Amino acid sequence: MAQTTTFTAAAPPDDAPVRKPRSQLVVQGAIWGFVVLELIFFSVAGRFLSNSDTAFLDLDNMLLLLKQSAPIGIIALGMTIVMINGNIDLSVGATFALSAIVLLDSMTWPFMQALGDWAIPLAWIFALATGTALGFVNGLVVWKTGVDAFIVTLGSMLGYRGLVFMYNGEQPTSHLNWTLVDFAEAQFLGLHTATWFLLGTALVLWLVMTRTVHGRNAYAIGNNREAAVNAGIRVGPHFLLNFMLIGFLAALSAVVFYSESGSVNPNDGMLYELWAITAVVLGGTKLAGGYGSIISTLGGVVAIQLLRKGLGYIGADTETVNLVIGLILIAVLFLDRQLNRKGSEELKT
Amino acid sequence: MAALTREAAGRLLARQGILVAFAVFMVVFALANPRFIDIGNVAGVIRSSAILGVMALGVTFVVIGGNLDLSVGSMMSFSTIVVLDLHDTLGPALAIPAMFALTLCLGAFIGILVGYLKLNSLIVTLGMLSAIHGLTLMWSGGKNMDIADKAGTWFGIFGRGDVLGIPVPILIFALLAVVLSVVLSRTPFGRKVYAVGGNGTAATFSGVPRARVVFLTYILSAFCVAIAGLMQASRSLGSQNTVGQGMELEVLAAVILGGASLLGGAGTIFKTVIGVLILGFIQNGLLLMGLEFYVQYVVTWVIIILAVWLDIAAKRSRLWSPIA
Repeated sequence: MAQTTTFTAAAPPDDAPVRKPRSQLVVQGAIWGFVVLELIFFSVAGRFLSNSDTAFLDLDNMLLLLKQSAPIGIIALGMTIVMINGNIDLSVGATFALSAIVLLDSMTWPFMQALGDWAIPLAWIFALATGTALGFVNGLVVWKTGVDAFIVTLGSMLGYRGLVFMYNGEQPTSHLNWTLVDFAEAQFLGLHTATWFLLGTALVLWLVMTRTVHGRNAYAIGNNREAAVNAGIRVGPHFLLNFMLIGFLAALSAVVFYSESGSVNPNDGMLYELWAITAVVLGGTKLAGGYGSIISTLGGVVAIQLLRKGLGYIGADTETVNLVIGLILIAVLFLDRQLNRKGSEELKT
Repeated sequence: MAALTREAAGRLLARQGILVAFAVFMVVFALANPRFIDIGNVAGVIRSSAILGVMALGVTFVVIGGNLDLSVGSMMSFSTIVVLDLHDTLGPALAIPAMFALTLCLGAFIGILVGYLKLNSLIVTLGMLSAIHGLTLMWSGGKNMDIADKAGTWFGIFGRGDVLGIPVPILIFALLAVVLSVVLSRTPFGRKVYAVGGNGTAATFSGVPRARVVFLTYILSAFCVAIAGLMQASRSLGSQNTVGQGMELEVLAAVILGGASLLGGAGTIFKTVIGVLILGFIQNGLLLMGLEFYVQYVVTWVIIILAVWLDIAAKRSRLWSPIA
């Protein structure tokens, strides 16, 4: 574990301070293998079962799929870094909703309306600041009180949802700005705006986790907190930063989604935390911390969305999607343990 | 000397803080609105907390055993839908045991995965949350489930009936709490649950069958969920597919509020009951003060964090965490 004591940045990802299990390559590539498997399965099965004329592997279909996976995907990417750090955030769904309300409501404020379309970037900043602030509160409480992140964010999941309701009662908050809708529906190089945000987030976080001191320390803390403390790493600020990051990303996800839809219900974003965690775990990130990858989470996100779309495509009821995803999650956990003995040790919470 | 008494006070707060908080709450709310401690109101609160409470009793066992159960909410929806559906096809006398059998099967499945296969309970029950929701939707075809002849069935007794003037849900909750409290604190099985949650390795070396104990905690949890589902179905005689959605986290909040440690090995049935009642009375007290229902979310948030924080602060005898 001597590696964890070094503070040098710019280490290649392969040098991440994790002892590599024998089958890491299998595990890392597994999620993408699964994605390919899904593509083949649904393409072939779709020939016989689907009523639709277009093929499953239709380009527009795939582009739409990427766009649709962006809201959960952006949150899941943030969840990855929090989980690598050995924490968890259950409040992302509520953060998502509250940021969305701020985004839409702030555009109706008198001084914002006077600004015309210049209100848009300002509204984005307000929304992103809201998310970051909520993440800051979580991080600060985890840091300063020492209460487990699971409990802290379980509490704030309720609390932030309460704030969502207090903002506008049980009424939906709506504001449609056509400039914003045009922006959200735009396609650049074939990809939708939301997809660009998803890919951009993935790229930035991948760089953060593999190329910066913060990323290395986050892995080190998740892997062995005591060793990290002994190595002189200050645990608290890293917790705080990661919670602020996931709060920011939950808000970013809201910005991407609600720019287009223009109306938010106070119940929006419920269970997003569970979907995000599912995607992260499918991607192979360990709950106990210290191990995980941004790129694999991206695979997990795509895999889930493919499954939802694919099952719909071959005419399965939407009900089966929940069943299949739940069972796949458990199967992945089981396979992972069989393939990876160290994993089983880490998974004992 | 002063330090000693402060320490003693701290220890008292650590051990009985939740009771103190409960007492303070009741007094404040009662002073604010005398109707709050009206016997009818109190009975009403306990009655409406009973379903959550019954589920929390089972989850207490799971949590003391060192695991989590996030599947109880969707499992409760499942048992509610199943018993309502079977009520009209099999009749209530057969529907109830059939529903219990199916729910226990789900509990056994989780128990095998977490107990014998030693998979992470958070992810397994997260997966089951989704999977059981899918099962429920497949069973009902996505439609609401209603009993055809609502007036002519005795099925409503578990949720609506009275025995000797006491509502049946309160009786079920109280009886189950007493029985499970005895099981947890007075039987070898209860001891083993604490042992497994407190230090699993030590328990294994002392000859405690860890896998079987964990398995049984999930069976017990599923059993409680089945009772809760029965009460829910009986109370409303009709249900949506999502009746239990989100309850898993409320249940967990009640259990944590009662002082059970998520690491396992700590907690009691009595304190879980207090946790359930606190949640129920906060909700009721705020409503009586004329506040909207969602204000309780914010209050619950603050209370959960304060409760757990003060609990661990007393244990480490430092207010702020040692995290650098």
